[in-house]
Amino acid sequence: MPIITGTPTVPETVRTLSKQEIQRYSRHLIMPEVGMEGQLKLAKAKVLMIGAGGLGAPLGLYLAAAGVGRLGIVDFDVVDYTNLQRQITFSTSDVGRPKIQAAKERLAGMNPSIRIDTYETRLTSSNALDLFRDYDIIVDGTDNFPTRYLVNDACVLLNKPNVYGSIFRFEGQTTVFHYPGGPCYRCLYPEPPPPGLVPSCAEGGVLGVLPGIVGALQAMETIKLIIGIGEPLAGRLLLFDALGMRFRELRLRRNPACPVCGDHPTIHELIDYEEFCGIRGEEVVPVTTGIPEITPRELKTRLDRGDDIFILDVREPHEYQICNLQGHLIPLGDLPNRASELDSSREIVAHCRSGKRSADAVQFLQQAGFRKIWNLKGGILAWSDEVDPSVPKY
Amino acid sequence: MAIKLEIPTALRQFAGKQASVEFNAATVGEALKQLTGTYADLRKHLYTDDGRIRSFVNIYLNDEDIRYLQKENTPTKDGDTISIVPSIAGGVRI
Repeated sequence: MPIITGTPTVPETVRTLSKQEIQRYSRHLIMPEVGMEGQLKLAKAKVLMIGAGGLGAPLGLYLAAAGVGRLGIVDFDVVDYTNLQRQITFSTSDVGRPKIQAAKERLAGMNPSIRIDTYETRLTSSNALDLFRDYDIIVDGTDNFPTRYLVNDACVLLNKPNVYGSIFRFEGQTTVFHYPGGPCYRCLYPEPPPPGLVPSCAEGGVLGVLPGIVGALQAMETIKLIIGIGEPLAGRLLLFDALGMRFRELRLRRNPACPVCGDHPTIHELIDYEEFCGIRGEEVVPVTTGIPEITPRELKTRLDRGDDIFILDVREPHEYQICNLQGHLIPLGDLPNRASELDSSREIVAHCRSGKRSADAVQFLQQAGFRKIWNLKGGILAWSDEVDPSVPKY
Repeated sequence: MAIKLEIPTALRQFAGKQASVEFNAATVGEALKQLTGTYADLRKHLYTDDGRIRSFVNIYLNDEDIRYLQKENTPTKDGDTISIVPSIAGGVRI
């Protein structure tokens, strides 16, 4: 039955809302800004979410609840315990399950009338265009630079808006890229940071509510774009500082010299984004190459037989409080100023959480003349796996 | 002229853990020079080896990107805020 409406914006192919749906969406329908017309636009909309993690959780929940007719989710990860602190789509019983499976179940349970398509795959240059083509809006909730640039370029090439959100510790950034005439991600940041300069795991972490807020902002912008109301967050970068509880807005401009959306673009197809972000080389040559190592078992054996070994913990003080091997704590960043606390005539084993920072510490100390120094392979995580399971992993 | 410099979370560890600092400077470049003079560790995060501002770090004077003003020569006035806004990718990356 064709819908009875005079508005040209809603094609007649769109179904009407059932009695039950009218009840479900009643709080939308009674606002003139949304109304039946807006709700039918939502029902007709096709939104692709990249990532079902911290940002994807509120996004998926709100878009499904709002009645977005077709929701695509791309993710290849499985739920683990460390996700539960912020990824509120998942239950403890979901640990070990593919995220898209758990997410689909949850969202379908919340709103059975929408279509949810899941893609258990890593987003790559060879599948992105095909995946994006069917959707109207792409919402980027990933956690790494290669995927950010990939999503951006694919959106520009296919001329689709990219609702962007990113988070770090207590800070978030949100905007809508490639809104008609507006800037893209490359206009804002032409190049990614080299891997060595991105904050290490020591500085990582995120307060669980933060992706909730930023993901909800993305959901709001997505819904506004679909319904066509308000002022989209295009050409503006919204910065959120949770500690100061402040929102700030910076102006974004399209860069006429942008290689992908500029006046004379030089990028006409997707490229190798791992290479673009300088990550491939890093994988081929692990940071620990050439660094003398000791395994947790070897270290345990030597400590048990009473060898004089000095344990150097290069993590941060707050990590030491989580768990420690009773080592001497000098955070990696302080090492240059505090190396004099160490006795180069003793055997030293440096460790961190996973072995990456301590490899840097060993390399630094070797250059400073230390000869009897080893990196604890796999760090405190491996110690917990191989020697003492009572040490918690974080 | 007192100019406020906002330091993003990711770079605070190189700036004495401060969220913002104030300097007297007549241009954006001058303020940044003072900042990296005070906190030398910040230098490599803001500048390339040949002294250019890194392309994944944007500098704003109030709400405007200095690339669209007079870059580092952009004049500042009392009460201006300079923000350093690096690209951030997402949540926890290990």
